[in-house]
Amino acid sequence: MLFELDDVSLSRGGRLVLDSVSAAVPTGATAIVGPSGAGKSTLLRLLNRLADPESGSIAFHGRPLAERDVRELRREVSLVPQLPALLEGTVRDNLAYAARLAGKPLDCERSLSLAGLDPDFAGRRVDELSVGEQQRAMLGRALAQEPAVLLLDEPTSALDHASRDAVEAALIHLRRELEISLVLVSHDPEQARRLGEWVVRLDGGRATESGPTAEVLP
Amino acid sequence: MAVSTSIQVTPGEVAASLALVALAAAISFWRKADLERDIGIATVRSFVQLTAIGYAIKLIFEADTLWLVFALLAVMVLFGALTARSRAKRVPNSFGPLLIALAAAGASTLGLVVALGIFEASARYLVPVGGMVIGNAMTASAVALNRLGDEMADSRARIEATLALGASAEEAAQPTVRRALRSGMITLVDSTKTTGLIFFPGTMVGMLLAGAEPTDAVRLQLILLYTLLGSVSIAALVATQLAYRNFFTPAEQLREPGG
Repeated sequence: MLFELDDVSLSRGGRLVLDSVSAAVPTGATAIVGPSGAGKSTLLRLLNRLADPESGSIAFHGRPLAERDVRELRREVSLVPQLPALLEGTVRDNLAYAARLAGKPLDCERSLSLAGLDPDFAGRRVDELSVGEQQRAMLGRALAQEPAVLLLDEPTSALDHASRDAVEAALIHLRRELEISLVLVSHDPEQARRLGEWVVRLDGGRATESGPTAEVLP
Repeated sequence: MAVSTSIQVTPGEVAASLALVALAAAISFWRKADLERDIGIATVRSFVQLTAIGYAIKLIFEADTLWLVFALLAVMVLFGALTARSRAKRVPNSFGPLLIALAAAGASTLGLVVALGIFEASARYLVPVGGMVIGNAMTASAVALNRLGDEMADSRARIEATLALGASAEEAAQPTVRRALRSGMITLVDSTKTTGLIFFPGTMVGMLLAGAEPTDAVRLQLILLYTLLGSVSIAALVATQLAYRNFFTPAEQLREPGG
């Protein structure tokens, strides 16, 4: 198993956001689905330790997350947030920063192509990009770290249909050719069907269902 | 440093200057600025506080022991940190960083000016210079932490996205800390640039009024301005470097606001 969550709970502002969640996330592409406020994004944040559960435990490849060096874990399990939040400067500056943190050589053109962006974007300033372009630049930045797992929070929420299709094609390519595991939060069951091999359904902070996509989202 | 001036100011002359306070209150009343009460409080407090500190300084000058000087400076650091904390409400546990920042700014700046032979290590020099150093350090660190709190709140998404790449808390907060440091220092840097052109600093004005030679007044003022530049830089640096860590957990996670 890629991740195993055992009785995980977390409160925010006095509200129980995750309530005794136990679920398994296998290697491959997993979609976390559920209505707004179900705790999907919070669950994703726990997987690269942007937050820790108040109770319960999470294992990554069988080893408790808390035992891992947090910075190494985040470079191996890269999270792309829903809202773009790039550093000032150019797209290349952002990719170079991420690659340096991970100790990887920078191949800007390849990372951008994988993220569905034209390599010409490398020299563009991030404040000149549309939200959709920023979202793809965020994906490219994460890919510059050559992670083993990509955590994607609503990766196409700000995109039009054409851009969404391009990003989905890129994600399928990443999964099949580079064998990067994906854990994807989506409110769209159709997208979960297109991208997910496995589905975890959250509702009201509880994991109500999980299994192969064909069984959970027939 | 040997500057000796004397000026006699009578209570009547102080009372006469209250005419300007009345003018300020009248303007507030006329334009409905609703500051009359605050002007009244400020006037009474300034009278009571300055009179009290005047007698305290007189006693310290007469005793001329360094222990009393250090005790007075320690009280200034303590009250300075408490005052600055109220300006840095969005920074978790800001008192500790502010206390250390003011103490470090005061100790290092005064230590240096004494070590360089600019001022004697006596109450007559250390008390007034220490007051200015700590007061300016307080303002600078309060401004810096106020900005730090606002910037950390505004930049949460960017900081967290940077942490998510495996950056350290220091790396993720660096642009924010840099802007906060700059905010703390910029006011004094700007006023130092314009000093003599747009405004005359208080020490120089005081010495000129007391009958000192203008060149002496200028030299002393320059020493104080340069000393203050050093002290506000140290205060803003120490305060921001210590305070930003309070926004993060040991596992380099951004704490929840108010958490």
